[in-house]
Amino acid sequence: MGEQILNQLVWPIIYILCIAVPVILAVAMFVYWERKVIGWMHVRMGPNKIGPLGLLQAFADVVKLLIKEVILPTSANKFLYYLAPLLALVPAMAAWAVIPFNDKMVLANVNAGVLYLLAMTSLGVYGIILAGWASNSRYALLGAMRSAAQVISYELAMGLCLVCVLVLAGSLNLTDIVHAQSGSKGIFEWFMWPLLPVFVIYFISGVAETNRAPFDVAEGESEIVAGFHVEYSGSAFAIFFLAEYANMILVSFLAAILFMGGWLSPFPSSVPFLGQGSFFWLFAKAFFFAFLFLWFRASFPRYRYDQIMRLGWKVFIPITIVWVLVAGCMKYFGWVSIGTGG
Amino acid sequence: MIDPSVFQLVCFYAFAAVTVVAALGVITLRNSVHAVLSLVLTFFSTACIWLLAEAEFLAIALIVVYVGAVMVLFLFVVMMLDIKQEHLREGFIRYLPVGIVVAVVMLVEMLALIGVRTMHEAVMGANPATAAGLSNTQWLGQALYTQFLLPFEIAALILTVGVVAAVALTLRHRGGTRHQTAAQQVAVKATDRVRIVKMAAERPATDAPAQTQNPETKP
Repeated sequence: MGEQILNQLVWPIIYILCIAVPVILAVAMFVYWERKVIGWMHVRMGPNKIGPLGLLQAFADVVKLLIKEVILPTSANKFLYYLAPLLALVPAMAAWAVIPFNDKMVLANVNAGVLYLLAMTSLGVYGIILAGWASNSRYALLGAMRSAAQVISYELAMGLCLVCVLVLAGSLNLTDIVHAQSGSKGIFEWFMWPLLPVFVIYFISGVAETNRAPFDVAEGESEIVAGFHVEYSGSAFAIFFLAEYANMILVSFLAAILFMGGWLSPFPSSVPFLGQGSFFWLFAKAFFFAFLFLWFRASFPRYRYDQIMRLGWKVFIPITIVWVLVAGCMKYFGWVSIGTGG
Repeated sequence: MIDPSVFQLVCFYAFAAVTVVAALGVITLRNSVHAVLSLVLTFFSTACIWLLAEAEFLAIALIVVYVGAVMVLFLFVVMMLDIKQEHLREGFIRYLPVGIVVAVVMLVEMLALIGVRTMHEAVMGANPATAAGLSNTQWLGQALYTQFLLPFEIAALILTVGVVAAVALTLRHRGGTRHQTAAQQVAVKATDRVRIVKMAAERPATDAPAQTQNPETKP
């Protein structure tokens, strides 16, 4: 009886902590890495005072934010004001449940994994909208409106990109999707080759969906000061920050899993040692995509709002719809051998 | 100790209770944003109940489509409205009889449906997805795209017509609005915008030294 409680309750909680704690630590180091990288790109030093090479900067920031006061704006909606950061954080963390780190390491190996991810990522927008509305501030409301329209538009393109992957893989299970990309030719077995336009669109949509530069009109610090979280301070702001960065890392992992073979090695399986699949490969690929987020931020000016909408609705969605048909033909007529697992 | 079927039953009642309370909140809360959020909670707990009933595709589709998209737009609109909250209570008694009639009709319909289902239990048979040994999503996909392809395509066509009609009805071309043509913007060359003029860095020495003094410095 005690063993049953252990199996049903204690172990899942330990597994969840094994994912959630590294994600939070990864966010801290990702923030540090972002400031360093952008510093180097601007020919600055970046944080270098706290700890060796400034490594403890993120933790110092966390402590600073936690001991700051959370100020409630005048006639703000108190309940929703405090609820909004949690609504942003919970889906961002919950989505990690279905991410497979390698063949065996997955918390919930569910059949409808991709659908679950779509559901979770579509919930994150509530945190942003409610934060904007509950703050009782014009700037925050403007940011919330921009963000809502943008996230919904790019979710469509993202969903259609996922459909292309599903058609080739023939499964909604993320582990099966990775297995469909296995084969003797290593990197050439990945979905990024037959689905190259979709792959690019997926990642750009991911950048837009997480409200990151150059699509960060929801924050737009030069126009609407900081958008939806302008009124938030202290730990409430820290939670928004955590959710945003956890989402960025999630999008990076998803791009690696869906299009670049997850934990599979880029080398042919005949190569000794390097040809073996391992979660180090997954981390390396995800790190590359996470780095792209920072590279974009340091390189591109912010898009104008109407250009963002035009790009989403008039460029991305038509291309992905056409590519769904192309992917269907690839699968039906057997134009490509990728996805058959051979 | 924890019997799975008992646990499932407890979960069902918990989700059902949340659904009912949230649905009551939709029609009783004074703040319209709270009411919309209550509706979101209703959808969410309904999805949980559907998951218990092993209708995983419908449950997640409910969250993706209704919670993730439709309700966000709904919230969007409600936040933009400036509703005087005291006016919302007016007409409650006046519309009460209509409400009761609608509620009674719905109750009768639901009871009839439950009766039909229990009577036809033998006819309808077990869950076809589990009978075929497939996951719910897979079975639903196969049924929709093979057996029910024509109705499915007709439904898709009707929805597309609906979207086009909605856009056509609300689209008004106002005069005097300015549009940008992206194709023209992309086709712009540097020479269209900037003229590079070559000139010496200093004036030639022969030039008369006009206005060497600042004209502002008057006594």
